[in-house]
Amino acid sequence: MTDPVYVTDALIAEDIDAYLAGHEKKSLLRFITCGSVDDGKSTLIGRLLYDSKMIFEDQLAALEADSKRVGTQGQEIDFALLVDGLAAEREQGITIDVAYRFFTTEKRKFIVADTPGHEQYTRNMVTGASTADLAVILIDARKGVLTQTRRHSFLAHLIGIKHIVLAVNKMDLVGYDKTVFERILLSYRAFASEIGITNFTAIPISGFKGDNITALSDNMPWFNGPALIEHLENVEIGAAADEAKPFRLPVQWVNRPNLDFRGFSGQLASGKVRPGDAVRILPSGKTTTVDRIVTLDGDLGEAVAGQSVTLTLADEVDCSRGDVIAAADNPPEAADQFEATLVWMADEAMIPGRAYWLKLATQSVSATVQAPKYEINVNTLDHLAAKTLDLNGIGVVEISTDKPIVFEAYGDNRTLGGFILIDKLTNATVAAGMLHFSLRRAQNVHWQATDISREMRSDLKNQKPALLWFTGLSGSGKSTIANLVEKKLHRMNRHSFLLDGDNVRHGLNRDLGFTEADRIENIRRVGEVAKLMTDAGLIVITAFISPFRAEREMVRSMLPEGEFIEIFIDTPLAEAERRDVKGLYKKARAGQLKNFTGIDSPYEAPENPEIRIDTTAMTPEQAADVIIDRLLG
Amino acid sequence: MIDTLTHLDRLEAESIHIMREVMADAAKPVMLYSVGKDSAVMLHLARKAFYPSPPPFPLLHVDTTWKFKAMYELRDRMAAESGMELIVYQNPEAKERGINPFDHGPLHTDMWKTEGLKQALDLYGFDVAFGGARRDEEKSRAKERIFSFRTASYGWDPKKQRPELWNLYNARKAKGESIRVFPISNWTELDIWQYIARENIPIVPLYFAAPRPTVERDGLLLMVDDERFPLKDGEVPVERSVRFRTLGCYPLTGAVESEASTLSEVIQEMLLTTTSERQGRIIDKDGGDASMEKKKQEGYF
Ligand SMILES: Nc1nc2c(ncn2[C@@H]2O[C@H](COP(=O)(O)OP(=O)(O)OP(=O)(O)O)[C@@H](O)[C@H]2O)c(=O)[nH]1
Ligand SMILES: [Mg+2]
Repeated sequence: MTDPVYVTDALIAEDIDAYLAGHEKKSLLRFITCGSVDDGKSTLIGRLLYDSKMIFEDQLAALEADSKRVGTQGQEIDFALLVDGLAAEREQGITIDVAYRFFTTEKRKFIVADTPGHEQYTRNMVTGASTADLAVILIDARKGVLTQTRRHSFLAHLIGIKHIVLAVNKMDLVGYDKTVFERILLSYRAFASEIGITNFTAIPISGFKGDNITALSDNMPWFNGPALIEHLENVEIGAAADEAKPFRLPVQWVNRPNLDFRGFSGQLASGKVRPGDAVRILPSGKTTTVDRIVTLDGDLGEAVAGQSVTLTLADEVDCSRGDVIAAADNPPEAADQFEATLVWMADEAMIPGRAYWLKLATQSVSATVQAPKYEINVNTLDHLAAKTLDLNGIGVVEISTDKPIVFEAYGDNRTLGGFILIDKLTNATVAAGMLHFSLRRAQNVHWQATDISREMRSDLKNQKPALLWFTGLSGSGKSTIANLVEKKLHRMNRHSFLLDGDNVRHGLNRDLGFTEADRIENIRRVGEVAKLMTDAGLIVITAFISPFRAEREMVRSMLPEGEFIEIFIDTPLAEAERRDVKGLYKKARAGQLKNFTGIDSPYEAPENPEIRIDTTAMTPEQAADVIIDRLLG
Repeated sequence: MIDTLTHLDRLEAESIHIMREVMADAAKPVMLYSVGKDSAVMLHLARKAFYPSPPPFPLLHVDTTWKFKAMYELRDRMAAESGMELIVYQNPEAKERGINPFDHGPLHTDMWKTEGLKQALDLYGFDVAFGGARRDEEKSRAKERIFSFRTASYGWDPKKQRPELWNLYNARKAKGESIRVFPISNWTELDIWQYIARENIPIVPLYFAAPRPTVERDGLLLMVDDERFPLKDGEVPVERSVRFRTLGCYPLTGAVESEASTLSEVIQEMLLTTTSERQGRIIDKDGGDASMEKKKQEGYF
C-alpha cells in the first residue's frame, strides 16, 4: 500500500530545492499522547514514526530483534520499543519518562511527546503537556474510561491544551465493534463536559495494527473519519495568536559589551514591538521608548511574540533581569499575593508556611504557600478540604511572595502566568502553578515612610543592631549561653533583648502546636519580631531549636546582609539526651511526646554557621566570651 | 492566521532563550565544542544570543588527538572569528599511555572523551556545560531534559529527572553538582542542515563529497587521514568519493560513498537514505541496547 501522505521521495529526488522550500514553510504541531497505563500510547507513536518512514533500516533491524527478545507481542513488532528508550522501561514494558519524537508529513511537522500512564510518573506527563498544542487521550477499548484517563484529561485541560483527541485504541481486540466505541464516547463526553472540555474529536483506532491512523480502515466501515493523521494535519493551531496581545518582554540578561551599549535581551512573551514604541519597565513603572532592536543580522524594524531579541532604550532607566518591558499604555500588574492552582510534583508533601523559590518567567522570588483552600479529586471533581498537597495532588492555594512580581492570569498569558516552585534545600522542582489573580494589589500597600531611620536609632544607642540566632537540639545549652551573653552585653551598656522559645510560646505563639507547619510559623513570627527589634536598633538574641535550615535561611533573608548571626550550639544528641535537663527526652522515648526534634523529627544542622560552639569542649562562660568577641571584636 | 515566524525562526528563538537563561544561575559556564555540524550551529546561535557581546563563556574542546585534520583547522578558525577563548583539553594519562583507537578499543573513548571531559570540568570548575545533542539522534537522548542535571560525579539518573515545564528551567544546584544544557534538543538533522544553508554557517568540508584515501574495515569505510593509520599487510588506501554524516575520531568514523558536493545534494542524500545518522559510529554499538544510556550515566556527554 503506498500512502498518499508520504509520497515525497519523488519530489526530493527530482527537485530537492523545491522540496526544501516547501518543507521550510510547513507549520509545526506539538502534541502528546496520554491516558492510562498500557492503553497503547507508546505503541501508537511507534506506529506513527514507522508509517511516516522515520525509522531507518538499521533501526528497524534492531527493532525486530528487540521485539522478539523483550517485546510484548510475541514474534510481532512491538512498536513501543521504538519510543521506550530507557533500559528500565524496556525491561518493565512501561514508560517512565517523556520521550520527544519528531516526524513530518506532506503538510506538517510534528513533535510528539510520549508521556507515561503510570500515576507515579504523572509529573512527567505534566512536563510533556506544558508545551503541547494538542493531546491524544488514549483509551483501551476493553477497559473504557479509567482514573488516569480522567486525571490526564483534567491536567491537559488545566494546562490549557485546546485540542483534545479521544483515541479509542485496541479496536482490533473488540472485533472493531461500533457499539464499544460509542459506549466509551458517551461516557467520556459526560466527564469531559464536567471539566469544561466542550469540544473533542473521537477516533477509533488500532495503533498496533494501524487502523484509522494514516488512512481510514476497511475494518471499521462505520466510521466516517477523519483518520488520526488527517486530523493532526488539519487542526488549526494559531501559533501567531500571541502577537495580537499587548507587548511584553521579560528581561533575561543585560547586554553590556562596553560603556556605550546597554541592551536588554529576552524573548517576546506576547505582542509586537517597534523602535519608537513607548514602553514601561515593571515593576518600577518607569517609562521610556524603544530605541533599537539589535540582532547579529542587523537592526530589525519590528519583533513579534516568540522572537528572541535585544532592545536598547532611549533613556538611562533602571532595568535588569526579572523586570518586564511592556506596552506603556497597557502594562501588566505587579502583586505579591495570589490565588493559583498547584500541581504538586514532589514525593515530600507541600509544607504550608515554608519558603520555596518561585520562578515565573525570568523572575525568581521567595514564596510561601498557605494550606490549600481545597484539593480537587480528579475522579469525582469534588473539592476536598486539605491541609497539604501530596505527590500528584492538585489544589487551589494562596501564595505570597517576598516582593511584588509582574504577572498575568495564566489563561491570558502562559509565560507570565505559569510558574514553578523549587525546594530551597534540595533544589528540586516541587510544583507547577498557574496564577489566577492577585488577592490585593501590591501597589496599594505602601510602606509608611518614617523620618527616623534605623541607622539613627542604633547610632543613638552607640551600637550596630544584630540578631544572634541560637540553634541546636533541645537541652543543648542554647538558653543558658544566650542568657550569659545578654548579661555580659548588659554590663557593657549594650541594648539587647532575649527572645526565648518557651516564653514566646506562652504569648505571641500560644496558638501554635508542634507540627512541622506550626513550627515553621513559629519561626516566621519570631523572625518578624526580631526584625522589628533590630530596626529599633537592638541586639536581639533568640534561643529556639529552629530545626529546619530553610526557616533559618528565611529569617536570614529578612535582615540586611551581615546582621543575622547563626550560632550553632553543637551538642551531640547522645550528650543532650544524657543531660536531659527538662526530662523531655525520656518522655519522647516513651512515646509521650510527638514530633520531638532528634527523636522522631529531624534536626538539620547548619552547614556554614557564623559561630559554632562545641559544648563538650568549653564551658557556657567560655562560649559566651567567644560569641561576644565575635560580635564586638 | 498566517505565521510570521517559520519553524526555523522559532527553533532559533528557543535556543537563544535557553542560552541566555543559563547566564542567570551559572557561576562558570562553558560550551562543549566538538567541531561537528551541531556544534557549528550551537556556536552560531551563541553568537546571536549575546551579540553585540561575544558569548560570555569559553569553548571547550575535549580532544582525543585523533580527530580529522580538517576539524582542527576549522576549530581554530571559528574560535578566532567568534572572539571566544578556546580551551583544548587532552587527558594527560591517555596521552602518556598512548591510548589510541586501533589498539585500545572502547578504552579509547572512555579515557579520552568520558574521563577527559570529567577532568576538564573538574580542573576549570565549570558548573554548566552546553552540549549540542539533539533528541532525534538516539532513543535515550529523546528522553533527556533540556537542562539535564548531573551529580557531583557527573552521573545522569534517568529516573530522577526534574520536571521541566513550559520554557521555565530550574538551574539551581548544590556545590559540586553540575548541569548539562542542550539548547538544540528540539532540532532535527534536517533542521540543522536547513539552518546551516540559511545562515551560511561554515562547516568542516568533510561533510561534502570529495576524493579521499580510504580503506574498508569491518564494513566501515575509514579515511586514512594521516600517517598514524596502521595499514595491514597488503592493505592499500583507495581513492573514493566519500563524505561523512557525523564527525569524530577519524579511525572510528565511517564514511559513505557519495557524489554530493553541495548542501542541497547532501540534504537530498540524507532524506533518501535508509540508514540512521549514527550508524557510522562505533560508540553506540559496543554494549548493546542501552549503551548510550549507560555511557551517559557514567558521565559521557
Ligand atoms: N492488540 C493491540 N495491542 C495493542 C494496541 N496498542 C498497544 N497494544 C499493546 O498494549 C501493550 C501496552 O502498550 P504500550 O504502548 O506500551 O502502552 P502505554 O500506554 O505506552 O503504557 P505506559 O506508557 O506504560 O503507560 C503492549 O503490549 C502493546 O503491544 C492495539 O491497538 N492493539
Ligand atoms: Mg508508554
